[in-house]
Amino acid sequence: MPKLHHFPGGIKLAGHKSESLVQGLQQASLPRQLFLPLKQHIGEYNKPLVDVGERVLQGHVIAAGSSLICAAVHAPTSGVISAIGNFPVAHPSGQSDTCIVIDVDGKDEAAVPVLPDLQQADAQRLSELICRAGIVGLGGAVFPTSPKLSRGKAQGIDMLIINGVECEPYITCDDSLMRNYAAEVLRGTGYLQRILRPQGTVIAIEDNKPEAIAKITAAFAQSGLTDTEIVAIPTIYPSGGEKQLIQILTGKEVPHGQLAFDIGLFCQNVGTCVAITRALEQDQPLISRVVTISGDNIRQPGNWEVRLGTPIRHLIELAGGYLHSDSPHLVMGGPMMGFSLSGDQVPIVKASNNILVMREQTIPHSPGYHDECIRCSKCTEVCPASLLPQQLYWHVRARAYDRAEEFHLFDCIECGCCSAVCPSTIPLVQYYRAAKSDIRAAQTAQVKSDHARIRFESRERRLLLKKQQEDERRRLKREALQKKKAGSTASSADPVQAALERVKARKQIAQEEST
Amino acid sequence: MSSVFVSSPYVAPVNSLQRLMIQVIIALLPGTLTYAWLFGPGVLINIALACVFALMFEAAVLKLRDKPVMVHLTDLSAIVAAWLFALCLPMHSPWWLVLVGIGFTMIAGKHVYGGLGFNPFNPAMVGYVVLLISFPREMTTWYLPASVSGATLSFSEALAYSFGGVDIQQWDALSSATPLDQVKTGIGQQIAISDIRLSPVFGQFAGKGWEWISFAWLIGGLWLLLTRTIRWHIPVALLLGVVSMATVFYLLDMESYASPLFHLLSGAVIIGAFFIATDPVTAATTDRGRLVYGLMIGCLIYVIRVWGGYPDGVAFAVLLANMCVPFIDYYTQPRVYGEK
Repeated sequence: MPKLHHFPGGIKLAGHKSESLVQGLQQASLPRQLFLPLKQHIGEYNKPLVDVGERVLQGHVIAAGSSLICAAVHAPTSGVISAIGNFPVAHPSGQSDTCIVIDVDGKDEAAVPVLPDLQQADAQRLSELICRAGIVGLGGAVFPTSPKLSRGKAQGIDMLIINGVECEPYITCDDSLMRNYAAEVLRGTGYLQRILRPQGTVIAIEDNKPEAIAKITAAFAQSGLTDTEIVAIPTIYPSGGEKQLIQILTGKEVPHGQLAFDIGLFCQNVGTCVAITRALEQDQPLISRVVTISGDNIRQPGNWEVRLGTPIRHLIELAGGYLHSDSPHLVMGGPMMGFSLSGDQVPIVKASNNILVMREQTIPHSPGYHDECIRCSKCTEVCPASLLPQQLYWHVRARAYDRAEEFHLFDCIECGCCSAVCPSTIPLVQYYRAAKSDIRAAQTAQVKSDHARIRFESRERRLLLKKQQEDERRRLKREALQKKKAGSTASSADPVQAALERVKARKQIAQEEST
Repeated sequence: MSSVFVSSPYVAPVNSLQRLMIQVIIALLPGTLTYAWLFGPGVLINIALACVFALMFEAAVLKLRDKPVMVHLTDLSAIVAAWLFALCLPMHSPWWLVLVGIGFTMIAGKHVYGGLGFNPFNPAMVGYVVLLISFPREMTTWYLPASVSGATLSFSEALAYSFGGVDIQQWDALSSATPLDQVKTGIGQQIAISDIRLSPVFGQFAGKGWEWISFAWLIGGLWLLLTRTIRWHIPVALLLGVVSMATVFYLLDMESYASPLFHLLSGAVIIGAFFIATDPVTAATTDRGRLVYGLMIGCLIYVIRVWGGYPDGVAFAVLLANMCVPFIDYYTQPRVYGEK
C-alpha cells in the first residue's frame, strides 16, 4: 500500500449513492429509435459512413473521422438508418448537433465478430484494435483512448492508475460496474499493462465503496496481474479528478501546461478497462455503457447498461418515471460538475455517466439574486488547485480578464467546491465558465481579425507595388518616346543606330517590368 | 421542459451570511455579558441603541440605493457591525453619540463604497475613530467596575444617562481613566510601572474587570475558531505581534514598559484579534497575507499605545492595515497547483 498524500482543499459532500444501488445493474431495453451524435469524443468531427435507408447491424461503423484524435461511432443494434440531421444533444449550450438516427428493428442482429489473436498481438496491434472499437475515456473526459495510449507509450510510463474513485455525489455507475464486471476491469488493466509496460499499477477506489473494493480484490486473486495494488482512498471531493488522484497517490503535481504522461503517469477509468476487454476479447465496439439515473425526482433510481443513442426519456420510463412531472430538470453528470440538458429527448452518449433528475423548484443556486462577496476566503480553503476564487471573481466581474488570467483562471478545474461553500451563494464557477468562454471567443476573434488584417495588408502592398511598376513602365515609355523623338531627328543620319536604340529601350522596359 | 439554464454545482449551499453572522453574535455573548455584569447594564443599552440605529440607517440607505431591504437587513451584518461598534464606546454614552457614530459606520464606512463586501475599511472602526477624534471628552469618560467603585449605574439610571435625563456631574465620582490610560499617563510622568500598578484599578494581570472581559472575548474567539467562522492566522499573528513587541521592551526596561500580559489583557487586543481584525471584508484573504496582516496590526497596536497619542491603538492599527490589504494580498498569493 503506497503512502497516501493529500491534495489542498476539497469538501466532504452528502454521497446520495445508496439510492441508486438498491437495485442491481439492469440491462436497459431497446428503444424504438437511437440518436447517435457524430461526435461523442474530444477531437475532430466524424463523418457519417451510412446513408438514409441503409440497414446496419450491431457493431457496424456508422461514422468515423480521418484525424488522429478521433473515435468512430458504431451501430449499437440492428436497424435502418432513418435520418441524418440535427437533433438535440447533450451539450452545456443546449445546442443541436448532427445525429444518425437508427430505427431499431428489435432483432439486435450483430455483425460477425472477427476475434483477433490476442496472444500474438503486440502493443501496436492492441492499440489499433482499441482504436477501431471507438473507445474513449469513460470517466467523463471522453478523450480517444488509442492516441492517448500511443502518446503514453512514447513517453514511457512508470505508473498506471486505474480510476475507480467516482467522487461525485449520486453517481454509482463505476461502483456498479466494478461490482458486476470486476474480472473484466482487471483483464482490461492487464491489456493496458501489456501496451504501456508500467513499473507499477494502482487501482484506486474511494473507501465509500467497500463492496466494489471487495469484488475487485476477490477477482484480483485470480487475475494473475503482477505489480498491481488495489488502494482505498479517503472519500473527499474531488479525489477522482485526474490531477487530484495523482496527488493523492504519488504526492506529485502535473506541472503547469503538461499532461499526466509527461511525468510518467497514465490514468484510465474502470469503465474504459471493461470497454477495452470487450473490444479485444469479443470484437465488441463501444456501443453501450453503464448509466446511473438518480436524483430527487425519479421514482426508482438505479444503474442501467444502456445502448448509446438511447433517448433519456426511455431510461426515465424504465426508472419508473418522474416523481413530479410538472417541471423536471435533467442534468448530465454529477451535481458538482454536470450540466443541464434541454430535455429528455437528448440521447445517452459515451460521456453520459449519470443522469441527475431534479425538480426545477428545488434546484439550489437558481439564477437571480445572490449576496455580494464578503472575501471570507472559504472558497480559497476548499480550492483543490490552490487558486484564490474570490480574487478571480472580483476580476471576472470587473471583466478584467487579463487580471483574471494572471490569477490563473485557466487552472480552474470547475469542480464547484467554491460555489458549494460560498456563504453569499455566489455561483462562482458559473462566472469562471462564462469568463473562460468569453476569453476563448475573443481569442478566436483575434485570430480571425489578425488573419483578415494580414490579408488586407498584403493586398495593399500588392496594389502599391503594381502601381509603382505601372508608373515606372510609363516613365520609361515616356523617356523612350522622347529619346525616339530626339533620335528621329538624329536618326535621319543613322537609321541603324536608331533601330538598335529602340530595341535596347524596349528590352529595358521589358526587363523593368519583369522585375 | 427545462426552462432554466443553471450551471453546476447543483448542491444546496452549506453556508450563508446569516449563519456566519449568528456565529459571531453567539461568540460575542460571553464577553458582552461579562462586561455588563462587571460594569453595569450601560453597555447593553449602547448595543441596543446601536443596533436599532444601524438597522434604520441600513434600511434607509438600501431604499435609496434601490436594493432589496429585507434581504440585507436579515443577513445580520448591520447588527454585528453595530454590536462591535457599541463595544468600543464608553459604557455610558449619550444617545446622540451612538447615533453619530453608527451613522458614520453604516454610511461612510459601508454604503458609500457599495455596501457589504466593498468597503475597504472596517466600518465599526471608522465610526469609532470619527467619534474619538470629534468627541474626545465623551469618548474618554470611562467608569470603574463595581468591584472598585462599589456601585454601578442601574438599568434605569443608565437609560436616563443615555437620554440626557440626568446631570452628568452626578456620577463623576464613578468615572476614571482606563488602566491603559493610567499607565500611559504615569509613564509620561516618569512614574515606575510598579508604582502605577498600586492604583486600585489594577487587578491580577491587567485592569480590574477588564482582564476578565478579555478572557471572555477569548472564549468567544475560540468558539469562532471551533466553528471555523474564522481561521487562526489573523488572531495568532496579531497576538504574536503584540506579545513579541511587548516582551522585547519589557525585558529592556521593566519599569518603563508594561508586561506582555498587561498589554494582552488590556484594552481591545483580544476582541480586536478575534472579532475586529478578522472582519473578512477588510482583512487580507490569503493565508500568508493574513499572517502579515495580523502581525502588522499587533505591532501597530503596541507602537500606538506606547509612543502614539492614544492609550489604545486597535482601531487605528486595523484601519492602517486595511489600507495595505490589496498590496498584501497581491504579494502573498499561494502557489497554484502545477506551478513551480
